[in-house]
Amino acid sequence: MEPTQAPEKFTSKDLITDQDVRWCPGCGDYSILKQAQTIVPDLGLARENIVFISGIGCSSRFPYYMETYGMHSIHGRATAVASGLKASRPELSVWIVTGDGDGLSIGGNHMIHLLRRNFNVNVLLFNNQIYGLTKGQYSPTSEEGKVTKSTPMGSVDHPFNPIALCLGADGTFAARSMDRDPKHLQAMLRRAYDHKGTSFLEIYQNCNVFNDGAFEVYTEKTSKKNETLFLEHGKPLIFGDTGNKGIKLDGFIPVVVDIPEGSSPNDLWIHDERDRLKANILARFFDNPSKPNHYPRPFGVFYVEDRYCYEDRMGDQITQVLSQKGKGKLDDLLRGKEIWEIQ
Amino acid sequence: MSKHTDVLDNVIIKFAGDSGDGMQLTGNQFTNTTALFGNDLSTFPDFPAEIRAPQGTLAGVSGFQLHFGSVEIYTPGDHCDVLVVMNSAALKANLTYLRKGGTIIANIDGFDPKNLRLAGYADGKNPLEDGTLEGFNVIQLDVSKMTRHALEDSGLGTKEIDRAKNMFVLGFLYWMYNRPMEFTVRFLEEKFKSKPDILAANLKVLKAGYYFGDTREEFTTRYSVGPAKMPPGIYRNIMGNQATAIGLVVASEKSGLPIFYGSYPITPASDILHELSRYKNFGVRTFQAEDEIAAICSAIGASFGGQLGVTASSGPGIALKMEAMGLAHMLELPLIICDIQRGGPSTGLPTKTEQADLLQALYGRNSEAPMPVLAAATPSDCFYTIFEACRIAIEFMTPIIFLSDGYIANGAEPWQFPKSSDMPEIKVNFLKEKNAGDKFLPYKRDEKLSRPWAVPGTKGLEHRIGGIEKQHETGNISYEPLNHEFMVKLRAEKVERVADFIPLQKLDSGNDKGKLLILGWGSTYGAIKSACIKARAEGLDVSHAHVRYMKPLPKNLGEILYNFEHVLIPEMNTGQFIKVIRDKYLIPAEGFNKVQGIPFTATEILEKIKEVLKK
Repeated sequence: MEPTQAPEKFTSKDLITDQDVRWCPGCGDYSILKQAQTIVPDLGLARENIVFISGIGCSSRFPYYMETYGMHSIHGRATAVASGLKASRPELSVWIVTGDGDGLSIGGNHMIHLLRRNFNVNVLLFNNQIYGLTKGQYSPTSEEGKVTKSTPMGSVDHPFNPIALCLGADGTFAARSMDRDPKHLQAMLRRAYDHKGTSFLEIYQNCNVFNDGAFEVYTEKTSKKNETLFLEHGKPLIFGDTGNKGIKLDGFIPVVVDIPEGSSPNDLWIHDERDRLKANILARFFDNPSKPNHYPRPFGVFYVEDRYCYEDRMGDQITQVLSQKGKGKLDDLLRGKEIWEIQ
Repeated sequence: MSKHTDVLDNVIIKFAGDSGDGMQLTGNQFTNTTALFGNDLSTFPDFPAEIRAPQGTLAGVSGFQLHFGSVEIYTPGDHCDVLVVMNSAALKANLTYLRKGGTIIANIDGFDPKNLRLAGYADGKNPLEDGTLEGFNVIQLDVSKMTRHALEDSGLGTKEIDRAKNMFVLGFLYWMYNRPMEFTVRFLEEKFKSKPDILAANLKVLKAGYYFGDTREEFTTRYSVGPAKMPPGIYRNIMGNQATAIGLVVASEKSGLPIFYGSYPITPASDILHELSRYKNFGVRTFQAEDEIAAICSAIGASFGGQLGVTASSGPGIALKMEAMGLAHMLELPLIICDIQRGGPSTGLPTKTEQADLLQALYGRNSEAPMPVLAAATPSDCFYTIFEACRIAIEFMTPIIFLSDGYIANGAEPWQFPKSSDMPEIKVNFLKEKNAGDKFLPYKRDEKLSRPWAVPGTKGLEHRIGGIEKQHETGNISYEPLNHEFMVKLRAEKVERVADFIPLQKLDSGNDKGKLLILGWGSTYGAIKSACIKARAEGLDVSHAHVRYMKPLPKNLGEILYNFEHVLIPEMNTGQFIKVIRDKYLIPAEGFNKVQGIPFTATEILEKIKEVLKK
């Protein structure tokens, strides 16, 4: 590697390409693009070392709108393409843009393997709980009973819980944010970048054409405070209109408790991003918000773990062999172990 | 009785036994020893798909055929001279491949009532005793008994002792064919470095087999097969998959591009992965992906990053990779796709050979996504062909398919290997600055119609590529009808233009005009060559051309074809290359097809030559 030189500064404007953005007006993707373009200049990266890789779907048009290196690959395979790129060029900052169909249905297999290998890449999973680009079929995150063009009597599929899936695959970073909360989304994008390992960021994204309002209980002012739980490391789990509700643990059972005004109860669940067991409980705060007595939906970082990255170990093995055997000699390779001469 | 030595110019031995009997190892040991002795040779391992098929049954028989000689050898041979059988099933499965009057070396322990029953012999029938083998020279050895006897003081258990019995057979054959034991001794010392008792046992049994031949009076004849008169030089033994792996590493060094090898295990391609994973000191990165699709996609990612992206599989895996191959075609990135063909369709015959993926290679993928296709002819030719594939992929910024098959992938031959300095450099020009004034056009083309390779990390050349149709030169998304047609044709024209940068087709043997041309491709080379030599020796007018560049075809191929009255195309499929040839050159070429999972024999091709020439 060449001696590190401070990379040339660039601004959000420098990240806008000469291509017209072709998402539907009002699509949540615009906000995600905007927040990404807002935080990326501050990451201290050289623009030429940034690569966005996507699969197929509405969200996967994203790379065309980011003035970095990028590849719009094939359906479900962005994770696999990114794995090869990161394995061979570990110094690049690699971002994967995918959707609920692309990343969890056709590309579900690659997603879980990416997570367990823990390449140091960032996954932005735009979850709109619908297939948008193919015009409105249910997706693997659509709720049970979802009536769509392909399920006129309602879907009989049980949906994926993306955060639980990430934890189940031993992902080392699981977080959730939403398109309608720019500040939180920016913070989560930064956290995803800062984590060394595969950062899995699920972003609730409204498809205003085929699934409008799928997340409105979490995004609308009237319901947001009661329906969402913003996780902060080291802070108690508090939510509600006036911060009047909290979560405590009764054994393994989370219990919603009222917090009387002016009091600060000391037995609330304190969020610990490093606690895998509790992260798994939080991931199960996944009830349908129309059901009575449901838990609020958590947003923020569920879980973080430090674990070696695939590309580092891969590089280490090469370094180790080189230090033991030295650089391979082609003529020795061609010759092999046993030779004979014909006069 | 005194012992004497007969001199032979070539011998074909087939080792056959249970898949747990170590026949592949025995065959490989004899092969390597024979190679070091200076014989020309060709091998054909033939084993069941199951790792340990039911013991003693026909399904479990594993074979290894070796043809070696003091003369030039092009095939593993049609019928063997010596058949080594470790049990009755091995005899039953292979007797048809033994020539009349040939020798059978039988382990009589494998002919007990149980083994006979498992092999499907009728009650009370034993081929060693009932006259079935009349006309053959049968040598009966009680290998198990003698192995156990040799190791009675070793302290090893019966199971471990019995595992050494292939060494007895190997030792006996070394004696019979006057081969030194040193190579195998060295091999065993390395293999059992950390197990001194097992090493001692194997060495003891190996020698026991050798001395058994030496001391027993009934064995009066030894054979000597002198070194072959091959061109002078230094030789090694090479198998096709090994040659493929080495060729990739040499292309990597000659281009300065590190290899990224994304692959999913599949027979018979996995050995390339095993081989390459040992070459980390050449900077090789091997990635065992979660599936075939991830394997190729990861290689595409590496190619995008400026590395030599390689993936390999066999037919079923290649079918899974097709969509990604289309992406690579659209992106116009160098990518090496190795298809080590096997018997199909579907799972088919995983451990057997076939050439039935040609049309998949040429015409697979959705829509029109042509790419160059090269086919290797022999184990050592895999080296040159894969190297050439890398050159073309890099120079033309294109995915390319390398075809090999189970027969040459696992087969071995002596190889007068090149020096690294004999191999040409492969030029790589990463674009470093904008190529159109103050603009960068990712799909601007050179005289080869090749586009620039601008890799992430290059300042000022940030750009996006993808599978959506792109505008000429800019690479921007374009749905414009005329642009699409133009681009489809342009990408195809680029592939066709490769023909300007490859050698013209040559005849392998025979006159350049005449009655019959045999047009071959891939692993049929040895059988066709041997058949042609014999045919011409009988005064028949036959020539042989063997095609490496399957797409685009060499520019002069038509001229060659038009010079012959008949063109015969032998293929291990129901007729694939013949479709291409008839379509392109409008000639009434005749097919000769075999779809049995086993290669052509030279005799079969010779008979066909005679049949065609009688017309």
